[in-house]
Amino acid sequence: MSTRIRESRGQEMALTAAVAVVIVLLSLLPMLRLIKEIVAPGGTLSTVAIKAGLASPATWIATWHTLVIGVGGTLLAVLSGTLVAVLITLTDIRSRSALVLCYVMPLMIAPQVTALAWLQLFGPASPFLKLFGAAPPLGTKNPLYSTSGIILLLGVQYGPLVFLLVRAGLRKLPRELVEAARAGGAGWFTVLVTIVLPLMTPSIMAAAALAFVSCVGNFGIPAFLGIPANYLVLPTLIYQRLAGGGPAVLGETAFLSVLIGVIAMAGILAQEVMSRRRDYRISSSSLAAEPYELGRWRPTVQAGMWLLIVVVLLLPLFGLVLTSLVPGYGIALTATTATLDNYRFVLFEHDAAGRAFFNSFWLSIAAAFFAVLVAVPIGYLIAWGKQRWVRLLNLSVELPYALPGVVLAIASLLLFLRPIPLIGIQLYNTVWIILYAYLARFLVLALRPTISGYHQIDRALEEAAQMAGAGLFTRMRTIIFPLVAPAAIAGGLLIFMTALSELTVSALLWSSGSETIGVVMFSFEQGGDSNYAAAMSVITVAVTFVLMLVTNLLAPYLPSGVLPWRD
Amino acid sequence: MARLSLDNVTKSFANFDAVKDVSIDVGDGEFLAVLGPSGCGKTTLLRLVAGFEKVTSGEIRIGSEVVSGKGGSVAPEKRRVGIVFQNYALWPHMTVAENIGYSLKVARLDKAVARQKVEDALALVNLQGLGDRRPANLSGGQRQRVALARCLVATPSLVLFDEPLANLDVHLRASMEDEFASFHKRTGTTIVYITHDQAEAMALADRIAVMDSGRLAQLATPRELYHEPANEMVASFISQGILLPADVLSAEQAGHCKVRVLGAELVVRCRPGERPRAGANICCRSADLDVSPDGPGFDGLVKRVIYQGGSARIEFTPSTSPDLSLHFEQPDPVVLESGARARLRIRSGWLIPAAGAAS
Repeated sequence: MSTRIRESRGQEMALTAAVAVVIVLLSLLPMLRLIKEIVAPGGTLSTVAIKAGLASPATWIATWHTLVIGVGGTLLAVLSGTLVAVLITLTDIRSRSALVLCYVMPLMIAPQVTALAWLQLFGPASPFLKLFGAAPPLGTKNPLYSTSGIILLLGVQYGPLVFLLVRAGLRKLPRELVEAARAGGAGWFTVLVTIVLPLMTPSIMAAAALAFVSCVGNFGIPAFLGIPANYLVLPTLIYQRLAGGGPAVLGETAFLSVLIGVIAMAGILAQEVMSRRRDYRISSSSLAAEPYELGRWRPTVQAGMWLLIVVVLLLPLFGLVLTSLVPGYGIALTATTATLDNYRFVLFEHDAAGRAFFNSFWLSIAAAFFAVLVAVPIGYLIAWGKQRWVRLLNLSVELPYALPGVVLAIASLLLFLRPIPLIGIQLYNTVWIILYAYLARFLVLALRPTISGYHQIDRALEEAAQMAGAGLFTRMRTIIFPLVAPAAIAGGLLIFMTALSELTVSALLWSSGSETIGVVMFSFEQGGDSNYAAAMSVITVAVTFVLMLVTNLLAPYLPSGVLPWRD
Repeated sequence: MARLSLDNVTKSFANFDAVKDVSIDVGDGEFLAVLGPSGCGKTTLLRLVAGFEKVTSGEIRIGSEVVSGKGGSVAPEKRRVGIVFQNYALWPHMTVAENIGYSLKVARLDKAVARQKVEDALALVNLQGLGDRRPANLSGGQRQRVALARCLVATPSLVLFDEPLANLDVHLRASMEDEFASFHKRTGTTIVYITHDQAEAMALADRIAVMDSGRLAQLATPRELYHEPANEMVASFISQGILLPADVLSAEQAGHCKVRVLGAELVVRCRPGERPRAGANICCRSADLDVSPDGPGFDGLVKRVIYQGGSARIEFTPSTSPDLSLHFEQPDPVVLESGARARLRIRSGWLIPAAGAAS
């Protein structure tokens, strides 16, 4: 190989190698470690761990519960998300962007905050119900502490997820397919049932699979709603085992976490099978169909949509704010009792809460910053690379996010329980293990927008720089990064918002001194201090709102679909 | 079958008139082509007839029923109008037979009857035995036939074609053209056929409506369109007619009048009642031009000769008006050469009626 050829390939090889190292460390290593724990605990092949797990009745009960709320939550999310998507996309309903923003909002709020907000709305201590004197007497069980309560909140949380995917599908529906049916004599409802919905099967199935994985892996909602009712699902069972038994039960929880992973993957496989049964490929592209005129039904449909928004978004948040202003449990909120003490307490007086704000902020910033830096070169290889293995690359980055967070948390624990070989650094029981898990889990949130950013850029821009003599690293710094920066940074902001009030991973990885906002919120709620938990929630929701507004400033420079709440 | 009438139909989007003041009467069983360059409003016209758009003003009647007008608009599914789309618009999740039988299913027709009708429709478009295929497994021509069968099975009062051949390759177009023509003959359906290809329109239509920037430029038989264009746009759009400025010297007599073109006098065909006027235009075709070294005519410069196989395309500038450039074809043997001077004679032509003159 001549020197000039070697020089030409050098930078590309270095980039590829660096990307490979990051992927192996963040995605493959934890998954492999987890699998090893199941099939070969202690280093030798054995089925002991599997047998022990299968023998425990708690495993079966929790698995059953997981399936019940997974299927129930998915059904509710698919029904509500699809209905709202059809109404907003295919009819002449007014103020679409506002509706989209409000309906998608719950997706940006952490599940445990949603759970807390709804609990505050309906419980006996509800300041909201007390406003009308409608609160049930103290001591009454909150109706949300139940299976149907969990399913309801999962549906509320992930309905928007289904909505986004189905809406994207509906927008690509060519108008001729609808018009041909109408010319054939079909009314609007018949067209919807016989043409639109069948053609949306792939979108709806994909959305259902995603919602199922999210429901099955959700920790916040069953933790807040299920643990008080002793209704355990696999993620909360794992949490309880680890909280009670420490590292000694890690092998057992590893089995449970793999079980969640298997259930989630089964959902994704089912979707693949269902979508392949028929041909749904839409070959032509064209304008979107004319919106259906609701006519005299328009005010009713519109009112119904806004009522839905009030119920799923405004009332819970309102309840949350009211609770955060109440001085203590069960006290009615009046102009004289309202106080900001809860906010002062969590921000300045409570040590762990103060630390949690500090930890969560820097963890989120670090994860977002790192992800943006890494997403640009990885996106470059995936979007513009010619190698065949880039598909695998994409898959391995998606995996830690596609799998429930509990799985990654357990894998991280296994990986770092002992000091890292050779260098001897201990990550277990420090905040760094949480950072590692965040990096692995959220990288894909920055990668996806970056890749769609790449697809929008004419590659000739890079090639022109190449002709001008710029090497790969120079091109990366001076041409590529500036071009994809808006998309990558928007991804970083999404990571920040998601990581800020994250609970699933940190609930299993935190230790004294490395608390996160989610963890402290959870322990306040478990200790009966809902007021403090509510105050912390209001602060994070407010930060999220502000960040969404800031991110909107980037919108003109972004590929469409990067910001879920923007229409 | 029914007649279709458009009365002063206008369709505006925001401040833009996509269709402006168009009146067309399509007779029962007539094949009408709507021809025009892209953006002329022909697709909007079709969507108005189908009911996917509502008229801003004017009225559309199918048979004796007003389907779109001041009083509102009949929904597309209630119009009994069949439509064949450019991109076929076959539903990928249904088989060929399900696609064709869709309107029967919607109408809740008896299953056995419906099956028979689907079979008949398949036979009509020569696709017997392909009922169980998926649209994705058909060729472009087959897909277009399925689309045709799908709209026929409901026995519509009127069939609309939206550039149905634009997505097919050239040799398939000719055979589909034949099929459309024989289909029209067999069924006697009233057809409105949108196209931007004038050869297609000429070959198929009883009458052609030429549209230009939302307005109806001329509605006439193919022959009349070619020989007697109503205005400059039609003259130059149809078969690339050559437009030349002319002064009318004599009043019409037996369908002809005397004009002066580029300094030479000649007799051209014209509408009855033409009177002497200045600033007129005549339209002539390549076949009307002779290269004649001597005799009457006008001199000029051959600017370019592009050989096209069997004939050559000539660009010619008359010496009397150097800013005018004439494009015409000359069959082999081509005697003109680039840069040479030549003398042309116009044998015949058509005097384009004055703007605003009644047709």
